[in-house]
Amino acid sequence: MFSAFTSSIFFLAALTLWMIGAIGSLAFMKNDQRANLWGNFFAIFGAVAGLISSFLVLVFGSAFSFNIPSSLHLLSLSFNVDKLSGFFIFAISLISLFTSIYALGYVKHYYKKYNIGTLGFFYNIFLAGMVIVSSASSILFFLIVWEIMSLASYFLVIFEHKERSNIQAGSLYFIMTHIGTAFITLAFLLLYHATGTLDFEIIKSNIGAVKPLTKNIVFILALIGFGTKAGIIPFHIWLPSAHPAAPSHVSALMSGVMIKTGIYMLIRIFMDIMADAPLWWGVVILLIGAISSLLGVLYALTEHDIKKVLAYSSIENIGIILLGLGSSLIFWSMNMKPFAILGLTAALFHTLNHAVFKSLLFMGAGAVISEMHTRNMEEYGGLIKYMPQTAFFFLLGSMSISALPPFNGFFSEWLIFQSLFKGISGSDISVCWAFMLAAGSLAFTGGLAAMCFVNVFGATFLARPRSPEVYHAKESNVTLRIGMFALAALTLVIGITAGTVTNILSGVANDLAIFRSSPPAYYSTPLTVGLKNNFASISMPFIFISLVLVSAIIFFIVFLFTRKRKIKFGTTWDCGTTLSPRMEITATGFANSIIAIFRGVLKPTKQVSIKYRDENMRYFPKTETVKLGTKDIYRGYFYRPLHIFTIKVSEYVKRIQSGNINMYILYILLTLIAILLIVAV
Amino acid sequence: MSIIFILQVILVPAISPLCIGIVKKIKAKLQNRTGASIFQPYKDLWKLFHKDEVISEDASWIFKFAPYLIFSVTIILGASIPLFSTIFSDNLLSDLLVVVYFIALLTFFLALAGIDVGSAFGGLGSSREMTLAALTEGGLIFSMLALAFSAKSTNLFTIAATISSLSFFSFAPIILAFGAFVITMLAETSRFPFDNPATHLELTMIHEAMILEYSGKRLALIEWAAANKFLIFLALGANLFFPWGISLSANLADVPLALILFLVKILILSIFVAVLESSIAKFRFFRLPDLLFTSFILSIIAICLII
Repeated sequence: MFSAFTSSIFFLAALTLWMIGAIGSLAFMKNDQRANLWGNFFAIFGAVAGLISSFLVLVFGSAFSFNIPSSLHLLSLSFNVDKLSGFFIFAISLISLFTSIYALGYVKHYYKKYNIGTLGFFYNIFLAGMVIVSSASSILFFLIVWEIMSLASYFLVIFEHKERSNIQAGSLYFIMTHIGTAFITLAFLLLYHATGTLDFEIIKSNIGAVKPLTKNIVFILALIGFGTKAGIIPFHIWLPSAHPAAPSHVSALMSGVMIKTGIYMLIRIFMDIMADAPLWWGVVILLIGAISSLLGVLYALTEHDIKKVLAYSSIENIGIILLGLGSSLIFWSMNMKPFAILGLTAALFHTLNHAVFKSLLFMGAGAVISEMHTRNMEEYGGLIKYMPQTAFFFLLGSMSISALPPFNGFFSEWLIFQSLFKGISGSDISVCWAFMLAAGSLAFTGGLAAMCFVNVFGATFLARPRSPEVYHAKESNVTLRIGMFALAALTLVIGITAGTVTNILSGVANDLAIFRSSPPAYYSTPLTVGLKNNFASISMPFIFISLVLVSAIIFFIVFLFTRKRKIKFGTTWDCGTTLSPRMEITATGFANSIIAIFRGVLKPTKQVSIKYRDENMRYFPKTETVKLGTKDIYRGYFYRPLHIFTIKVSEYVKRIQSGNINMYILYILLTLIAILLIVAV
Repeated sequence: MSIIFILQVILVPAISPLCIGIVKKIKAKLQNRTGASIFQPYKDLWKLFHKDEVISEDASWIFKFAPYLIFSVTIILGASIPLFSTIFSDNLLSDLLVVVYFIALLTFFLALAGIDVGSAFGGLGSSREMTLAALTEGGLIFSMLALAFSAKSTNLFTIAATISSLSFFSFAPIILAFGAFVITMLAETSRFPFDNPATHLELTMIHEAMILEYSGKRLALIEWAAANKFLIFLALGANLFFPWGISLSANLADVPLALILFLVKILILSIFVAVLESSIAKFRFFRLPDLLFTSFILSIIAICLII
């Protein structure tokens, strides 16, 4: 009990520190330097407190809940931090610790241009908002904090408001997130209507009385609502424009952890509050995961804006997480609880991993952007010589996200593969096909992600500079490097200690009421993780050691035998001409073949405009511009028809607006009578 | 046991150049040439290790480091797949997915090294290589997965041991999976109809384009690693799909026979590859995905038949 008290104290301390950070940086608005230091240092302190609190919850099981009554009838500030919440708070605190360190140096290039005080304010509010979202346990309170989190992130997206495109991106985000919130509100209202309470815990105990039809409707509404926040296709359209618009440390947080709050709520509602999921819920989530992961990575390949690539790759990784979650739901409804725990653990593991490597990559991208002043990868090239450390950290992140051993991304994909393999072999034919599809899409996604990040790393850091800006690039500020170093080290550390981390995460899964006292389908020791039915086993430390050891031995042997050979440095073979940067492969060129192969899905477009020297005699073009892109099929086939439909309906509704005040009074009267009749019946 | 393990580790790098030599010799014979000796690849490696190196000024540490990593990965892979004995089933690296993703690691660094020097060829080669690698992964995982389901384990040694005890009549789906595997094998090892290992023509080369800037000892390592990779895929094909004759016990006396059988199987597969290369033309690049998807579909059919 003592530790529960300690962890709740640290939890409140974190929230308080963030609040102080928020208000303080607003107060120091006039002085950029002071606002930056105040805002980010309190963010760091808050993150440390949050880390301690959630670590106690995760490792010592010191879950806590408390309630701050308020004067309003339905609103009670009730917090409930169990292990699931603890895990998400841990991820949020962990990432925000390093993004805040990074921000100390990164924010400097906004001095004199933008208001640092408001940045610190919204940044701290955003952090607090995410943590409260993962711990609120009352509907009304949750919705309010959800809104605060969304609004804070909206203001962070439009922070660089002098660029018009950022305002547009912000507006799209604003609209999409509120459409999502509308669905969430509707889902919660249905739950409230069916159970008569706003408290998650009481809803959970009364859920047996809710009709299956209501549950199914709540499932669809919640999936759309929280899926919009998580960025599942086709509700993802805000993500690739909003994430790049925000300052890079905020993009790191948004992609790394904010979209995970959507995942958190999906787990919370489907696996905790509304127990007893029918089979089709899992199948739907599995299919959405398969589609999101495959399409996400394909769209990532079509982009040459470095932050958009990362944003699309977040959609891909959310898809991968949903593959784990979906398989878990299916196993659970088929009463294969040990494997349901495997799926859920895999999903949680990938959530943590994606948070780590995606924030690392966004921070690396931010470091590059602040030197290059453009997000266009075609203007980079050769940066590894100018920013060697940033390049190294980015490389580790790229390897991790491409699921290469011995990094953490590989392990979580391995776990998800195991749960999908079990689905293929161990389930009946009615869902086997879904697992087959999911495993296939995951296999292709892995390969395509590797291609995507060879492209990003190659175009950014390798070969020769493609614009003169590169020659002026310097290694980034020390706080930027500390932030990136810590996360890069984490990709490796989590990878090597995968067994221990798995143990902690299966504790999280076992803490859910539905999985309590059922053993997982796997065993995990610090050295090996494997399935109990001996289907597969893996040892991450051994992979790491053998790679290092064998490489070292090979290097030593080759060195021993060839140390007398000379190395001459010369120019790259140029076929007799002078090599220019334009002869290198570009990011667009690199991905061109895969786009051509998937043209049926991606619908690439090409616009050519030629200006002639003489318009009448069209033989000698002066300039020729080729614009490559992809058709936005979601806007074309989904949002535009929806828009047209809404406008049409509005046209009809408009007819009741006559502008005559007597008419309006009549409407009010009719409404009153109708309400009275309904109440009377 | 330890002698067998040492043999297991050095077998792949020791005989992989020979495989390449044999394939080249057969191809030469089929083209009515005499061809170089089957030991020529060893001499080439020896020669390259004795040469000085020229490295591009544009190259970063990735270009210099990649050959060592790539070669090391092939050594690790060679030690963690079944060659002539199945006794290493407690080997912690012989999981199917670990092997596949080690191959991905290798391709990843090869592609980065190709881009690194900034030549027009390297980047294009990397782009093509990654395109093919991305599309191959599905077929590669699924073709071996079919066997894993029938062996109820993804450990490659266990798969070999289990398949070797299967009755002859349960082999129909395994043949399908083998067809799928062969397609991915040709893609991964840069063979016809995916790539021409003998070409240096801008329009067609894939693997050769990436390693164009290498010379001296690093080229030797890359060439040797490519040979290792070829042998690894042959060994996977031979021992997972047709594991008869593989030694199931730790008994040293069984090893010579198992070794000879292994070499015979590798020889047969080498001949198969050489004949295939001599009898079909290289496909147009954009027809290759069809082939790779075929491999994926074949594996799925195999899996459906097995589960």
